[in-house]
Amino acid sequence: MAHDVHDYVRTKEEQEYIRRKRAQEMRHMLTSFAMMIFLTLIAFTAVAAGFSTYLIVPIILLLAGVQVVLQLYHFMHLSEKGTGTIAFFMFSGMFVAFIVILTFVTIIWW
Amino acid sequence: MDINKKYTPQSWPDHPETATMEGKNKFVGFWLLLAAESVTFASLFATYLALKDKGPSGMEFTAAGLFELPLVFAMTMILLTSSLTSVYAMYHMKNHNFKSMQAWLAVTVLLGAAFLGLEIYEFNHYVHLGFGFTNSAFSSAFYTLVGTHGAHVVFGLGWFIALMVRNAKRGLNTYNAPKFFLVSLYWHFIDVVWVFIFTVVYLMGVIG
Repeated sequence: MAHDVHDYVRTKEEQEYIRRKRAQEMRHMLTSFAMMIFLTLIAFTAVAAGFSTYLIVPIILLLAGVQVVLQLYHFMHLSEKGTGTIAFFMFSGMFVAFIVILTFVTIIWW
Repeated sequence: MDINKKYTPQSWPDHPETATMEGKNKFVGFWLLLAAESVTFASLFATYLALKDKGPSGMEFTAAGLFELPLVFAMTMILLTSSLTSVYAMYHMKNHNFKSMQAWLAVTVLLGAAFLGLEIYEFNHYVHLGFGFTNSAFSSAFYTLVGTHGAHVVFGLGWFIALMVRNAKRGLNTYNAPKFFLVSLYWHFIDVVWVFIFTVVYLMGVIG
């Protein structure tokens, strides 16, 4: 499928620009990583500190949610252009996932 | 698409993973797989939550009594770091730096193997305590959920190694760039699932 491949050779300036842009993106990735580590530390510390269960459970679930958003949008590049369709797939999957879990913990009991 | 075509950093496309029609199709197809995988894991999480601490009368095992946080914390940090190292690999892939990409992939594989080693140690420890797969509804649900995640880690490691070995002499081109990109997406997804496992199974298990 040769028509799909566009051979464009960047000029020196363009190459320098894209190199810097990528280095900057990588720094943003490191910031996301630092935040993920921080959120994980808060979650483990909150549980180890032994606060009330009714307080901790919503907090650690929220922290997990934030961490997943960071993974999806930064590490997995869902924030880039042209990812509308795949975001639709993923959120449909997560919606079904949510319903399944909701069903099992509320409607089904022993 | 010529798989032997050579590229330089200057001629390397901005988005090598979707530069070809094959790459574009793989990208969309792989996200469909990940969406389906999240439903698979949801059913296992739901089963675990419904069966947590349930079993025959007189069962001595509960999540609060069994799980210990230090080991889980170490596993979490290792897997999270391996997620970052695969981001580094993709950074070098986009800069058409094959050797650095291979090096960071190797670091990712080592961290993944360390995670797997700790998980095997943990399961082995539980089995020696008498908490085997057939012990109770709780144990079956626990091993199925965490074991399925572990199987994904095994598959991911095999995939990384296969790609690294197969393409070692080829270098980077628009034929294999989508392959490297997808395995790193898969690895991030494994980390996403683990975030919920350490939160829902271990942290919420310890607090009872």
